Amino acid sequence: MSVTVLLFGILAVVAVASGISTVMSRNPVASAMSLVLHFFTLAGIYLTLQAQFIAAVQVLVYAGAIMVLVVFMIMLLNVGREEQMRENPGYRTIIGTALGVMLAFQVGKTAFTDVAGRHVLPPGSAVTGTTEALGETLFKMYLFPFEAVSLLLLVAVVGAVILAKRKI
Amino acid sequence: MNLQSVPLEYYLTLSAILFVIGAVGVLTRRNAIIIFMSIELMLNAVNLTLVAFSQFFGDPGGQIFVFFVMAVAAAEAAVGLAIVLALFRNKQTVYVDEVNIMKW
Repeated sequence: MSVTVLLFGILAVVAVASGISTVMSRNPVASAMSLVLHFFTLAGIYLTLQAQFIAAVQVLVYAGAIMVLVVFMIMLLNVGREEQMRENPGYRTIIGTALGVMLAFQVGKTAFTDVAGRHVLPPGSAVTGTTEALGETLFKMYLFPFEAVSLLLLVAVVGAVILAKRKI
Repeated sequence: MNLQSVPLEYYLTLSAILFVIGAVGVLTRRNAIIIFMSIELMLNAVNLTLVAFSQFFGDPGGQIFVFFVMAVAAAEAAVGLAIVLALFRNKQTVYVDEVNIMKW
């Protein structure tokens, strides 16, 4: 087993565990901290895919900007521990269990079938994920969407101010 | 099992598991901020799929798309949290089952 496979395994386990802890935790701050850990492990998984740029942006945007905003909101609203939602079992439990079994079956099928003939990372993939290659594509083929996103961010900023302000 | 590199299928499986965790969070939690974080989990699971396919097929377009998804997620974070703040100001709660004024 190579180092990359070992690293992927460890990161995948931590990512799933921190994801579950995000969803299950009763304390919102603990939930947010698990999500930060989750974002860092995902950045590591992007590195095993040799996508350096996306890994760096993941840490900057998600673990940096978005999570600071979320933690700020939790502190601002001072929300306490939440009680369990009212239980209403019945057909939902049955559907949920069936879908869960289907997922487990798919995961098992992927994990335990023959390894030969699987898709492996092609040799040129280290070049595809660099900032240089992505910048080349972004500013040549996707220049208009890039500019449109700047407009979207401006609209979002104005919208957030209007929504959150008491009196405009 | 003797693997030299991680196959594409493993990334897709991990992504599916993370997406399901996020979906369960959206469906079972009451706190609007935690529902918001679960949506981020689901967005990240899809991003993982896009990056994996992009790297395995040698096409940078998928990673450009992830870049745009991150920009939209940042905009969504700003607007979504402003909505939660406005909600808390008007109804003194962030629990979605206590906000049913637009339900029919």
